[in-house]
This record gives sequence, C-alpha cells and structure tokens, in this order.
Amino acid sequence: MGEWVRVQEEPFSVGAEIERLCRVSRTIGGIATFIGVARDLSAGRPVAALHFEHYGAMAEKELATLRDAAMAQFDLIGLSVVHRVGDIAIGEPIVAIVAAAAHRGPAFEACRWMIDELKKSVPIWKKEIGPDGASWVTPHP
Amino acid sequence: MVSIHLFAGVREAVGCERVEAEVAAGTPLGDLLARVAADLPALGPWLARDDLLLAVNQEFRGRDHLIEDGDEVALIPPVSGG
Repeated sequence: MGEWVRVQEEPFSVGAEIERLCRVSRTIGGIATFIGVARDLSAGRPVAALHFEHYGAMAEKELATLRDAAMAQFDLIGLSVVHRVGDIAIGEPIVAIVAAAAHRGPAFEACRWMIDELKKSVPIWKKEIGPDGASWVTPHP
Repeated sequence: MVSIHLFAGVREAVGCERVEAEVAAGTPLGDLLARVAADLPALGPWLARDDLLLAVNQEFRGRDHLIEDGDEVALIPPVSGG
C-alpha cells in the first residue's frame, strides 16, 4: 500500500489523513476534502447496500498515477486518496480525497479534478444491491 | 501462456475471474481476445463495445499492443469507483 494512495476494505479516518498531511509541511494554509458517500438512491431506484470490486494491483497504480499528475498540475503540498472496496453500507464513506496547499484555490481544484479522473479510469466497479436484486453500475452490452 | 483477468459484469457474464491462453509472442492483443472469445461466446458482446478498456501488465493498452509470454491481460469494463 502506498503512503498517499490506498485501496482498502477497512473504513478510513478523514481526520487521520488530515493530521498526516498537516505533519508534511508548516507551509500548508488550507486543506480541502471530497468524501464520496454510499447513497440510498440510484437513478430513481432504492439501493440497500453497495459492493465494490477492484483490480488489485492496477487500482492503486492508477490512483498513484493520477495523484502524481495532480501534484504536478496543481500547486499542492500534499494529497491523500483512500478508496474502500468490498461491502459498504448506505451512509458510509466510499472515497476520501484530501488535498493540502498553501492556499485554498489549488486544494479545492485538486479535489474536483481527482474525483472526476478517478471515476474515469481507476479500475474499481460498483454493484448496487436493491430490493429487486443486484446490478453493476456498468451497463451490460 | 498469458492470463486474462475479468472483472465485474464481464466476470459474471463469462462465469470465471481468469482465463489462461497459449499465445505466440508478438500476437496483437485484439487477435488474442478474438481467439479466446471463440471459445467463450459470452465475451463477444463485451469485446464489441468501444468503451471496454484493456490493460497489459496493469497498463492501459490498445488492441494492437503485442503480447509476450507471461503477460497479465485485463478486460476493464466501464469503471464506477468513487
């Protein structure tokens, strides 16, 4: 597992990630977070629980590539990304993106960019479990 | 021998999470997959999709990428993390 990029089954602590980032540098002036949470509704259908599958080695590798790109593109001091997999109950956090910078602008921008890119390319798949059965969010052919 | 890893909807459609295939070094990835799909018809509709991504040794690759013995191939249907 990477120091700043992790895919794990266990719940994470956003507070712990913030504390870790604060220890990186005394030049940090702002930290922005994005937390993705398991919602009970998808496209109008009730969702009772979520299950996430991932491509073990590649998911962290791809997250690390995106993190490197964000560090290069935005004026950041630190960036931590944690994504959970396995079974996740409604209301639980799924992903945390925590960006630290000298000023708020790059921290907010990096969070937005990181979650948008994560949703495009990181090999993690969500299955929604509802009262009428379970289905991958990926549409079938 | 190469291993082809399947995930999510592809894995469920085919009914297993990994397929092994013999392949001559230098075979294009697309040719290998077409051959495997001949034995696994459930793969066909997925391979026909232009939103199916492919990876070799955990790097995204195109169908013209040349396969080597021992490669780890993965079929990556549209992702839905976050």
